[in-house]
This record gives sequence, structure tokens and C-alpha cells, in this order.
Amino acid sequence: MKIHLCLTGIKTIILDCNNISQYSVFLINSALMNRRDIMSAVNPDQYSYPSVFIYGHRATGKSHVVLSIMKDLELPHASVDCVECVSSGLLFHQVLSAFFGPDAAALLPRCPSLSDFVRLYKQMSSNSPATQTRYIILDRAERMRDMDFSLLPALLRLQELVNDNVTVILLSEIVWEKFRPNTGCFEPLLFHFPDYSKGKSLVQILSWDHHPSYTPELYASYINILLGVFFSVCRDLRELRHLAVLNFSKFCEPLEKGEAKESDIHKLWKNIEPHLQRAMQTVYLREVSSVQWEQQQMDEKEATTLRVLSAHAHIELPYYSKFLLIAAYLASFNPARTDRRFFLKSHGKIRKTNFLKKHEKTSNHLLGPKPFPLDRLMAIFYSVVDSRVAPTASIFSQISSLVTLQLLSQVGHDDQLDSPKYKCSVSLDFILAISRCVCVCVRLLDLLALSLVIQSQVVRQERSLFTAVSNLHLL
Amino acid sequence: MFNAAEMSEIPLTSSVSKGCFVFKSASKKRKRHVGVGDDENGSDRFRICQKLWETVQTNTEVIQDQLNKKVLDSLAEFIKKHGLGCSSDNWRQRARETPTAALMLGVNVPDHAMTFRSLCNLLQDSVTPFVVSVHAKECAAVKLLIQKVLEQLMGRGVSVDEEQEDDTALLQRTQCTISALCQWYKTVTKSLPVVVIFKDFEAFNSQVLQDFILICSRYTQELPFIFIFGIATSPSAIQHRLPHSVSSLLCIEVFHSLSCTQHLASVFDKLILNSQFPFKLSSRVIQVLVGIFLYHDFSVQNFVKGLQFSMLEHFKSQPLSMLCCQKQEALLSAKTLSKKNVERIRHLPSFMRYVETQEPQEQVQLLTNDEHVKEVCQQLLKNLHKYHKNYYPILQCLHSLTSSLPKFPLGKHIRELHVSCIEKNLWETEEYDSALQLLRILAKDELVAALRKCAEILKSTKILQNVLQQLEDFIGRLEALEGVSSEDSSGNGIISGKMEYQRTDLFQLQKTLLEKESRRTKRMNPFEVLRSQVIEFIDSLVREYLTPAELQPLNEVCYYNSSGVLRQRLNVTPRTSIQAALSHPFYYLQNESLKTDAGTISSAAPDLCIVYKLHLECGRLINLYDWLEAFLTVMSAAEDQDTNSEECGKYDSLKHARFIQAVSEMEFLGFIKSTKQKTDHVARLTWGGC
Repeated sequence: MKIHLCLTGIKTIILDCNNISQYSVFLINSALMNRRDIMSAVNPDQYSYPSVFIYGHRATGKSHVVLSIMKDLELPHASVDCVECVSSGLLFHQVLSAFFGPDAAALLPRCPSLSDFVRLYKQMSSNSPATQTRYIILDRAERMRDMDFSLLPALLRLQELVNDNVTVILLSEIVWEKFRPNTGCFEPLLFHFPDYSKGKSLVQILSWDHHPSYTPELYASYINILLGVFFSVCRDLRELRHLAVLNFSKFCEPLEKGEAKESDIHKLWKNIEPHLQRAMQTVYLREVSSVQWEQQQMDEKEATTLRVLSAHAHIELPYYSKFLLIAAYLASFNPARTDRRFFLKSHGKIRKTNFLKKHEKTSNHLLGPKPFPLDRLMAIFYSVVDSRVAPTASIFSQISSLVTLQLLSQVGHDDQLDSPKYKCSVSLDFILAISRCVCVCVRLLDLLALSLVIQSQVVRQERSLFTAVSNLHLL
Repeated sequence: MFNAAEMSEIPLTSSVSKGCFVFKSASKKRKRHVGVGDDENGSDRFRICQKLWETVQTNTEVIQDQLNKKVLDSLAEFIKKHGLGCSSDNWRQRARETPTAALMLGVNVPDHAMTFRSLCNLLQDSVTPFVVSVHAKECAAVKLLIQKVLEQLMGRGVSVDEEQEDDTALLQRTQCTISALCQWYKTVTKSLPVVVIFKDFEAFNSQVLQDFILICSRYTQELPFIFIFGIATSPSAIQHRLPHSVSSLLCIEVFHSLSCTQHLASVFDKLILNSQFPFKLSSRVIQVLVGIFLYHDFSVQNFVKGLQFSMLEHFKSQPLSMLCCQKQEALLSAKTLSKKNVERIRHLPSFMRYVETQEPQEQVQLLTNDEHVKEVCQQLLKNLHKYHKNYYPILQCLHSLTSSLPKFPLGKHIRELHVSCIEKNLWETEEYDSALQLLRILAKDELVAALRKCAEILKSTKILQNVLQQLEDFIGRLEALEGVSSEDSSGNGIISGKMEYQRTDLFQLQKTLLEKESRRTKRMNPFEVLRSQVIEFIDSLVREYLTPAELQPLNEVCYYNSSGVLRQRLNVTPRTSIQAALSHPFYYLQNESLKTDAGTISSAAPDLCIVYKLHLECGRLINLYDWLEAFLTVMSAAEDQDTNSEECGKYDSLKHARFIQAVSEMEFLGFIKSTKQKTDHVARLTWGGC
């Protein structure tokens, strides 16, 4: 089997792929050959194209293809994950130590600048000139945008700067247009890795994992069933493999018990399908960890129901914290103009027709929480809480602990001392839950209901309103 | 020399910033006390207090360990399992999942520190030496987080040699990466997991966490990481913080620690509902402490701090608290009471009440003969100890009887029952009546089960043997009824069946009770007769043993009851203190010339106070010129009452400056702010006033 690989379009060399592992050949095949793209390593004495940009979704084989080529052709390369490079110095360090050994990297000054790197690189490469093109592979290159603004343009034409046969390969999930700096830069060669197609590539790739004790055909049919369930939500190869391994034992259960033969695909499908559906709602979303999922499979006879992660939504809060949170919710989702009406016992008569302005009639839940000042929060709090509360220091410290628990969020950074502003960041359901366990006074229930009436202009909202109001009546 | 009345005034006058330095000020005073009076035996009290505090501390630690044992052990088990099994689970390695424990700790963040400390110790002792715990505050960026992890892991191994330490420091500066950690890990070659504890998960910047998890997942093959997230809210916080691409790298298991209310209940059982612990809290004080816990912070540590504070206050303010110790010791010191202390005992309200109940001759003896007082005092102390010894078991019995009743007439928790018992005569309350009513209609098996529980409680305490005997007798008779009352079983069945229904509805219950009342004339079956006997027996126990503590002579020795001071110190109100200071400067400054009537403004007061009082008379916007005029008027009133009006209104640059300074202080305190709505005006930020 022979594959043409081309990097520059200038030169084409032929790779002997017998020594490349089958798996990576397949990847190369599926990812590249389909699109008639040809990739290559380069003749040692020719300079290759200075920079290449490869993009495609998660788990489409970008890094795998590139790294396998490097490994199998034994090309000199430095592979760096940009997440790890919290500073550009680390990047330089890793590149230099990969090419010229750790001693060279140790020569870098403490906070190396780009010119330090270029100088050192030049010095080193003059000592040991490149016999082959050197490759710098930068994974998750989108992180480079957050680093020094000059770094990316410089790396794109590093070949020119260091006067060495070096190519920078950037791997990213984002298209090149999002990278291009304002000032312009050298345009790299672009490659796109398309998503794996369902029919061909995914089934074929996933079938490589087949279990030794079962036939490959059976595994392939299993993969087909799996993809039938998961393909609509997930095309991530890595996730799919994970799920395939997790659920295979369940698939084989009828076979082991002797209830079905390998040819009874329909029977096997009937057995596994609901199980996979359940997996989609739980283990795929990591509501249940994979270990727990496996354990559940093992002792399914006892029909243990696992409590999923989001089921523990209830939070125990001190009494006044609950009221503070309710007050914050009311302040966040009710227009400030309506406060007088809701919270004052003897509010003035407000004419119904123009009580709400037009823009306020859209549901506040669709607009999201609005910031409110501390004073307003405290005013609503005092009118909501049924007993007289002294403005103690612990009431105020509860507000800040609600902020650290991220139930409230602080907005704006100016004027933090005089009038800090907050937003309520919990949902209606959460508030209803805590008000249900706190509400002894009817007035608060009325308030919540009233504010809900105002807020619910959308059908969905009305539904939740009705349930809310009926809940309130139940109380 | 202090007496109680003086002491109670001192906290009011000590400093403007009340309550902020509670423990410090308390200890300072205690020191002075120790220095001044040897005959006051301040040192004795200090020693007793210290000893008691030590027992409190050890007890709370023991409780904490006991309560956390289960969850910590299961965590250690989890880590062991993943630490060993990572090589066998090949597929998980491929998916690059990092085992993660989500430890639910509740919202009382200050209490977490202790849990984490014991977790760290446990892990280091039994599982792996590589335990790192990080705090969100120190890790604002990934770089800092990695640096922290590296420091804690690698620093420990090489800190022996100074030169080496320098080397590693240099290494860390240049190469603070996980790959460096990897290399180090290879040199250690212990193949034990590396545990990273995120103490306050919610407070972490989510970007930092995501990056760190991504980086670590690259190295799972070489470095077996295990994460522990300390979560205060709920596990869904993980999903809120981390996107799917990152959370798919974690294999999360949830661990729940005990809720803080249960923790409080066990602390309460051990420290307050315990006759071995001589220091007692009055009902009001308990209400304040529990109120702070339930309404404000859910923090058991703060509760214990409150207990410590009340102990310090008690031993400081009550000279007779030297008798507040174990029985033998107390009797010994009662024998050697000083003359002053005997006099103090005579002035105790509870002792005076006791004296009044005695014969006239005895009364004279008590008021004149010191030796006699000492003897009586010993007897009274003995009685007090006996009262406590009997009180707690009976309280527990009553609680176990009533805690299963519908709607909990006597409270869900034993602390509520305790509070109402020591506050007043329990049997005079309505709640007690309704509880007894409910007990009177218990079905047989329920009654027997409840009595069994009581018998067990009494058995474990090994006192009140006669009560236990009677109780067991009742149980025996109830069980013996089985055969006899077979013909009545149908009637019984109907009643108990009804009971099941009535349990949910109080109204129904009342109705049937009334019906029952009307049918009273009907002959009761043997079970009903026996049941009413049992209830009467319980009632008699309550009346005998659960008398309010205030009625006990010498209760002031053990009971701390100044709840006002406690509230003032522990639940501080900075704003009210500022307002009090501004409107009543005498309150803090204690200068006689500042004493004024409520309505007037004294010119002798500090400028700030005058300005504050004047501003209370204004509306939302204050005209600065009018304000200045009013200020000048008040000032000049001081200089001379007779000066004519021309001089009075005269512009004085010194007074002007004083006014400006006072106004800017007001702004600093947050009472006013500058506004652009109107020229020469400032806006008020508070409401109300005159």
C-alpha cells in the first residue's frame, strides 16, 4: 500500500507504508485520501513551506496523523501543546530541547524573548545544520492568540528568521480566519480535516477495536447500532470509542447466556437499544461516571438506580441566606419600577394600561438577570423577611459568601466600596425550591406569584407559572 | 474588684469597635484580674476555664473525626482502588479519564479546613505521600496552580539539603511544568497516585481549572493523578463550571459528608446535654448561639467559638464560677470559700429564694454564720449535680417519646426540648399538653417500642434504677396484656387503624379526640387503663426531674445567662454602632458634658456628631450652605448665649474648615455622596431621621 504525501506541492515523495502501523495508515487514508490531499515530508536538501495550518473538529485525527508521520519517517520534530505553555518561554524551551537537547535549552535566559530564542536557534543550527526539515508542531494553536501578539506572526515565518530548514505546523479546531492578526502576516498553507463520515470511516475505525473473542462482523454490527443511537449527538471519535467499550459487555450478554446467536442481530439490537439510550442521558453527559456505569451493568439484577450528578441540586442554606437569595432573584428579574408596587403596603394606585412599558413586557427570563445595587437588595430583603432583622455584619458576610458560592455574581469592578452591584445567577426552579421550604408567610408567596405573573409572557414561561402557582396554592 | 453589675457595664464602654476583638479584650481583662487579686482566686477560675476549654476542644475534635470517619474512609478506599487499578483498566487510560472525587461539604466553608486537614493526614498515612491541597486564592492562573502543585510535591523531597533546595528553586522558576513533575516522579519510582485536592471548587476560576485538567490528562499514562473537589453547593456545580470537553476527561464519583445540622446535634449532645460537663448555658444563650448557627452561618466551628466565648465571659464576670467544676473539686473549694465569696453567695437570687423557704431559725443561721453557709453550700452543690445527673436521661427519654409524634409538638430536635425545659415549667405549656394527648392515643406496639427505647437510655446511664425498674414493669404488663385483651382486639384494631389516618391531619385528630372525650363514660379496656397509667408515670417523671434550672439554688454558679452581651459580641451590627456613636456620643466617650436630652443638639459634641444630627433633618438632597448655616448656629450657641445675631452669622474660616472636614468624614462613612443633580447639594444615602 502506498500513499502519496505532499506538503508543498513542489515535491512529492512516496512513502513506504509497510512499516507504518495499520491503524494510522487507515487514519491517513480516511482523512486525507478521500479528499485527494497529499501530504508529504520533504527532500532533505530542499526548503519546505514555512508554515502549515491544519484545522478540523475534535478527534478528527489531526495530531495523530501528523505525529504518526513524524514518528514513522523519523523526522526531527518538536511537538508542543499550547495549553501547557503558560508563557512563551516554555514553548521556546521545549522546542530547543527537542531539537538540540536540554543543554541548549538551558542556555535560554530566565524570561526569554522571541529574539533570544531566534538568536539561540541560529547559533545552534549553525553548529548542527539541518539535514532534514525540522518540524515544530503546535497543538491547540488557538491558545497562541492569548500569548504575546508578535509570537504567532513570527512563528509563521520562523524559517526566514532563523535561516534554517524549519516548518511550523499549527493544529487547531478553529478556522484560520480567526487567527489572522490585524497587521497581517504570512499566510500558511491551509489543510482541513473533515469530520469522519458515518457510513464509512467511523464504522471502519471503530471496528479496529474489535474484541478478540468475537468475530469482527459482530463487532461491526454492534458499532452500527451504537452509531445509530449516538451519531446524532456525538461525532467525537474518542467519545464514541469510549462508549463502545463501555457498553460492549452488555451487548454480548445474550450471547454469553446462550439466549441468542451472533446472527440474531435484531434480538441483540432489541436488547442493547434501550440501554444505549440510557447511556446517552447518563454516562455520555458524565452524569454517571464510567466506573459507576460498569458497576451498574454488573449488578443490574438488583436494579440499583444511580443518582445522577444533577439530581443533587438541593443546597442547604442558612435561613437568611435563603431570603437574601430570594430577594436577589426578585431584584434581578423584576423591573425596579415595580418594587414600590410589590413591596410597599400602601402603594399608590397605578393605572393598569401603562403600568409596564413595552420593552418590559417581554419575559425577563428571556433577557436574563439584570444587575441591581446592594441597597435595592437589602430593601427587598427587609420587606420579604417576616421578622425584624438587625443589619448585622453576618447578614452582609452572607452576601459575599453567596458570591463565592457563585449563587450571586458581582458585576462591575468600579465603586466596589460604595455601591457594589450583583446579579442573581440561579434559576427559577431553584428559587421556587428554596422558597417552598422557607415560606411560612403567605405574603412572600403572593409576591413570588405576582412577580411571576408579570414575567410570564411566553408560553413556556406560563407553563412553569401555572405549576408554580399551583404549587403555591398547595402550600 | 468587680461585681456582676459593674462587669455588665464594661463591655458597653470598652471601645467603639465593639465585638471585633472579643477574645483579645476578654483575655486582657482576665490577665489584669490574675494580677490584681489573689484573694479573688482569679487564677483558679482561669485554670478551671482553661481545663474546660481543653476538654471542649478535644471533644469537638473527636466528634469531628467520628463523623467524618465514614466518608474519609470511603474516599481513601476510592483513591487506593484507582491508584492500584490504573494499569489494569487499559481502556480508561485510552479515554484519558482522571479519577475524581466530588466531596460535598455543605455551605459552611470555614468548617471545611478541619475536614481537609484530617483527610490530608489520612491519605498521607495510609495511601500515598503525594498529596497536594490547593486553595483558589493562591491559584489565579494556571501557572500559579502548577507552581503550587510542584512546590508541595517536589519541595518536600529535597528540602533536606540547602544547596539542593536552591537548585530546585531555580528549576521551578525556569521550568514550572507538569512534564518536569513527570521526570521527578520517575526518579521517585513509587508508582503511587498523586492526589490534588481543590479545597474550594466554586471559587476557582473555571478557565484555570479547565486548563489544568487538560494538561494533566495529557500525562495520565506517566503520572496517575487523582483529583478531589471540595464542593460547597451541589455536584451540578461541576457541570456548570466545566464544559463537556473537559468534564469528559473526569471520572467523577460523589461523596457526601454529614450535614452540618447533624454535626451540631452531636456537638450539642456531647458538650451541652452532658452532666459531666459542668459549664451550662441558659436557655436564652442557647437560643442566641443556635440562632446564629441556623440563621447565619451553619458553621459548627463558630458555634464552638461562641461556647468558648460564653465560657470566658462566665468565668470572668462571675467570681463564684470557681465552683463550676467537677463535683469533688467543687465541694473542696466550697469548704474553703473566702469571706467575700460567702457574701456573694448570700446575694445570689437563687440562694435568697432558698433562704426564704427555710425556717426562721435556719434563716438567721444562713445570714450570719459563714461556716454554716459553707456546709449548706456543699449540700446544695451536691443537689445541683444530682439534678443534672437525673435531668439529662429523663430529657432524652421524653425526647425519644415525643420525637415520633406527628407535627412534633415539643420540637424536632432535643435542643428545642432542652431549651423549653430549662426556661419554664414544661408541664404548664400547651405544647406539653398536646404531646401528652397524642401519647394517650398511641397504639400498643408503638407505646411498647417507645418505652423500650426509654429503658435502653436509662440502662446506659446506670442511674435512676428505680425508674428503670418501674418502666420495665410497665413494659412487662403491656406485653402480658396480649393474651388477655384478645376479645378487645377488634376495638383496639379500629383505634390503631384510625391512628394511622389521623397521623396526617391535626383537625381530624381533634375531632376524634373530642368524640373520645364524649365517649369517656364507656368502660375502658385494660390496655387503655394501663396506657393512662404509663402516661401518668411519665408525667410524674417530667414534673419531678425536668424542673427549670433557674429554680435550682446556686444555679448561677454553672449557668451563663447574659445573652445580651453574647448577641452584642457575636452578632455585631457595625451600622447601628456607628449611628449610636454619632447620635449619642456620650455612649462611647463617657464625657459628662455630652449628656443631652434626646431631641437637642449639644454644641459640645464633636463636629461630626453635630453635622450628622443636622443632616437627619434634611430630605434626600441637602443644601450645603443651609447646612453650614445651621452648623454655625449650633457652634455659636456654645460660645455665648448673649452674643448678638450679627456676630453669630459671621463667617469664620476656622469653623468653615471644621464643617468641611466633618462633611467629608460623613462622605467617608457613607452617609452622603456628591451629586450632579443640583449645584451646591449633596445626596443623602440613608433614610429616616427626625
